[in-house]
Amino acid sequence: MKSLQRIFAIVVKELRQLSRDRLTFGMIVGIPAIQLLMFGFAINMDVRHLSAGVADFSNSAASRQIVMDLAQTQVIDINYQASDAEELESLMRQGKIVVGIYIPPDYERRLQQPERSAMQLLVDGSDTVVQGAVVGIANSSRISPYNDRPPVMEVRTYYNPERRSPVNTVPGLIGVILTMTMTLFTAVAIVRERERGNLELLITTPVRSGELMLAKILPYVFIGLLQVTLVLVLGVWLFDVPIRGALIDVYRVCLMFIIANLALGLVISTVAQTQFQAMQMTFFFLLPSILLSGFMFPFDGMPKAAQWIAEVLPMTHFMRLIRGVVLRGASLPELSTELGILAGFILIAMTIAILRFNKRLD
Amino acid sequence: MNLPQPAHSDLAIRARGLTKDFGNVIAVNNLDLDVPSGRIYGFLGPNGSGKSTCIRMLCGLLTPTAGEISVLGLDIPKQAEALRRKVGYMTQKFSLFEDLTVSENLAFIANIYTLSRAEQKIRIPSAIERFELGRLLKQRAGTLSGGQKQRLALAAATLHEPELLFLDEPTSAVDPENRRAFWESLFDLVAEGTTILVSTHYMDEAERCHALAILDLGLLVAAGSPAELADGIEASVLVVEAEEPRKIARFMESLPFVHSTAQIGNTLRVMVDREMDNPADDTRQAIEGAGLRLDNCRKVRPSLEDVFVAATQARKASRDQAA
Repeated sequence: MKSLQRIFAIVVKELRQLSRDRLTFGMIVGIPAIQLLMFGFAINMDVRHLSAGVADFSNSAASRQIVMDLAQTQVIDINYQASDAEELESLMRQGKIVVGIYIPPDYERRLQQPERSAMQLLVDGSDTVVQGAVVGIANSSRISPYNDRPPVMEVRTYYNPERRSPVNTVPGLIGVILTMTMTLFTAVAIVRERERGNLELLITTPVRSGELMLAKILPYVFIGLLQVTLVLVLGVWLFDVPIRGALIDVYRVCLMFIIANLALGLVISTVAQTQFQAMQMTFFFLLPSILLSGFMFPFDGMPKAAQWIAEVLPMTHFMRLIRGVVLRGASLPELSTELGILAGFILIAMTIAILRFNKRLD
Repeated sequence: MNLPQPAHSDLAIRARGLTKDFGNVIAVNNLDLDVPSGRIYGFLGPNGSGKSTCIRMLCGLLTPTAGEISVLGLDIPKQAEALRRKVGYMTQKFSLFEDLTVSENLAFIANIYTLSRAEQKIRIPSAIERFELGRLLKQRAGTLSGGQKQRLALAAATLHEPELLFLDEPTSAVDPENRRAFWESLFDLVAEGTTILVSTHYMDEAERCHALAILDLGLLVAAGSPAELADGIEASVLVVEAEEPRKIARFMESLPFVHSTAQIGNTLRVMVDREMDNPADDTRQAIEGAGLRLDNCRKVRPSLEDVFVAATQARKASRDQAA
C-alpha cells in the first residue's frame, strides 16, 4: 500500500513534468509522425504522380484513349513523349521517368487478339513500391473498344525484378520509433534528475530503488503504446498497411518491446553522467538496431558476424514478431521463441539497472 | 577543550574515526563527532573542507572509507534505510522539482514519505502557513527567489516531522533578511525537539549555533560552543588603529610573535602569541620602535572568525614545519 502510494506519486509527477516539457512532449507525437511521413513519403510517392514517358507508335484513337485512361488513374503523370523504345529506356536510366508506356504500331490489331499482349509498361523497379503501383494499374480493367476484354499489358520490371513488400516498412518503423524514443526518454529522465540534483533528494527519502525504477518507466509504457497507436492509425490510413494478425497481439508484442527498451534506458541512465552522454549511448544502440535488425536490409543477406550482433539487439526480435503478426497474421504461440528472448532481455536489463542503481552517491 | 561529555542517549549523532578517501584526496580525515540532541550543531569550514561529504556520510548517502557512525541509535550506513523516515535532508543545491508548482512539490514529498490523507490535510497547510508559502502555491518552483526556494525546501524537508535535520549550506543563496527569518524557523524547530546539523561558511550563522565543529581540509580543528571556542583560542587578539594600517601590517609580518593580521577598514586585527603577558603594550612598542605611527592598540575578545583563523593557521604552521 505504501509502496503504491510512492509509485503513484512519482508517476503523477513524471506526467506533470512531461506535460510541461514541451520539447519532450513534442517528441512523443512528433517523432512517430515525422518518421512515418518521412519513410512513408517513399511509399506515397510511387502511388501517385509517377513520372512517365510515352512512345506511341500506333497513334490511333484507341492508343490515345489508353494513354488518357492511364493518366487518369493519377498514378502516373505523362511528362515525356519519346520517339522510340530506346529513348524510353534512356529516360529511365537518367531518372527522368520511372514508368515508360510503349504502344506498338500494331496496337489496334493486337487488341483484337487477346492472347497477345497489346502493349508494354516499363518500370523502374528500384523502389518496390513503384513496382506494386504499376502492376496495379496494369491489372485494373479497361474495356477495349473491340471486345469486352481489357487490353493485356506486359509489365517489364527494370533493375529489381524481385519484389519486396512495401508494407514491410511501417511495422518496422514502429520498432525504430520505439527504440529511439523509449530508450532515450527513460535514460534522460533519470540522468536529468541526477544533473538537477533531484536524485540526491529522492534517495534520502524512503523510496526504494525498485519503486523508483518502476515508477519512472510506467508513464513511458503508456506513451509507447500511444506512439504505436499513432503509427498504426497513420500507417493504415495513409499507406493501407494491412494488419493481418489480431490487433491485441500487435499491442502485446509492442508492450514487450517497449518494456525491453525502457529497461535498456534504465541501464543507460545508471551509466551516463550527463543527458548528452545518455543521448550518445542511445544512438549507439539505435544505429545497429536500424541497420542490422532486418529493418533496412534483409537479415538473411547479412554476414554471419552482423547476424550475431543483431541477435543481441531487442529490435531484431521485435522485427520478426511485428512482421509476423502484422504481415503474415501469425499468432503469438507461433512466435514464442522470439517473445521468450525479449522477456529474457527485459529480465537481464532490469536486474542490471536495479543492481547498479543503489541509493548511494558513491 | 574540557567539554562535559554528554551521555550516549543524549547524542543524536556519534561518529568515531570517520574517514572518506576519494582516491586522490582525503575529504574527511579521522573525524570524531558528538552532536547532542535538541540542539543546532554547526559545521564551519571553507569550501572543500569536507562539510558536505561529512553530512552525506552521516545520512547514509556515502559509504565511509573507515570509521563508525551512529545516528539516532542506528548503525550507518548499514541501517540507512531505517533512518530515512527519521531524518530530513536539505541539499546544498535546490533539489525539488523546478517544473512543478510549490503545492505539487509539497504533495509529492508528502506522498513519497507516505503520509496518510489525514496527516497531509493537517501538515501541508500548516507548513504552508509556517513558511509563508501561501501566495506562491501555484508558482513553479523554478521561478521562486532564493529565499522562497529555501523556505519551500525547508517545508519539504520537515513535512514528515524528522527528529534530525541535515542542512547543507542552506543559506548560501539567500539575502541577509531572509537568512534571519530562516534561522528563526530553525530555532522554532529546535524548540519542538528537532536536532539540527547545519553546515555554513558564514561566521554570523556559526555564532548562532549551540555548538559547532570547525573543519579544515577534512580535519576537525576545533569543537565546542562559540563561547568555549573563543575562550580556548590559541592566541590573543589585538585591534590596532592607525592612519596607514597597510604599512604596519607589512611590518608585523616580520615579528616572530605575530600569527596573522587582517585589515578591516582603518584597523588591523592581529593575532599574537597567547603566552605574552602584555601583548598590547609589547606590540605597540614594537611598532613605534620601527618608527611607525599608530593611534590605538588594545586587546579584544576573540570572535569566531578569529577562532577559525587561529585554528586553520595553527594547522598550516605545523604542516609547513613538517614539510
